[in-house]
Amino acid sequence: MLLGPALALSAILFTIGVVGVVIRRNAIVLFMCIELMLNAVNLTFIALSQYHGLSGQIMVFFVMTVAAAEAAVGLAIILAVFRHHQSVDLKNIDLLRG
Amino acid sequence: MTEIVFYILGVAAVVSGIACILQRNPVSAALWLVAAMFALAGIYVLLNAQFIGAIQVLVYAGAIMVLFLFVIMLLNLGREANDIRRWPALLAGVAIAAGIVAPLLALRLYSPTRLASEVSGSPVFGDPGTVLSQGAAAQRLAENQGVVGAIAGPLFQTYLVPFEVTSILLLVAVVGAVVLAKRRL
Repeated sequence: MLLGPALALSAILFTIGVVGVVIRRNAIVLFMCIELMLNAVNLTFIALSQYHGLSGQIMVFFVMTVAAAEAAVGLAIILAVFRHHQSVDLKNIDLLRG
Repeated sequence: MTEIVFYILGVAAVVSGIACILQRNPVSAALWLVAAMFALAGIYVLLNAQFIGAIQVLVYAGAIMVLFLFVIMLLNLGREANDIRRWPALLAGVAIAAGIVAPLLALRLYSPTRLASEVSGSPVFGDPGTVLSQGAAAQRLAENQGVVGAIAGPLFQTYLVPFEVTSILLLVAVVGAVVLAKRRL
């Protein structure tokens, strides 16, 4: 049921997330694009779990937990970076550039 | 009927996603992302994953996006200059989009029966891990055991160890976030 359209929708959403990561410089918006990509992959899991049993839905559960942990740690890193540079713009964050 | 609702929600998700990556203001970008997640939650319900749809609204649209909005407002962002890159990176973005979306759209050709016939020669029925026709796997389990019960069984039996490891991961994330964000321990 709706497997092909759901997979196509997830492909489009994943691509939107990748494009966002490439074209934006704001670190927080970058994180939001990563969340969008995780959501696209979750949609793939859900669509295929209709056919292949409920393990896919449990995997989505784990992906959400990891996304929550990642958001908490990532935003803490952004906070620490903001204290140094007074900015979250990636063009100002070049400490590791050789 | 289901198809119409699916396409409405799908278009809403795509439009919200595009608006999210093109909005200059981080707060409006975050709110567009919330809209995309709500649309995805509706799609999950249509795809017989009602529990995951509820969790999506609670955890993603609720907790995670509130955390994002909280940090945006704490840092007082949104009055900075346009942070969308100029044309070389934009061009790279379009090229990457074309390169990624083409193979991913080929996923549409996937069908469970085709995979089963290619792997084993003939589809095998009966085992939950194998192929069931017409999306019956999730629906039938939900009818037998209830929407939550169908997930709770495997989560606390087959996937018990990953579940416990997840709790350790969350503990590590909490400690790590405190250590990183605190000025001085």
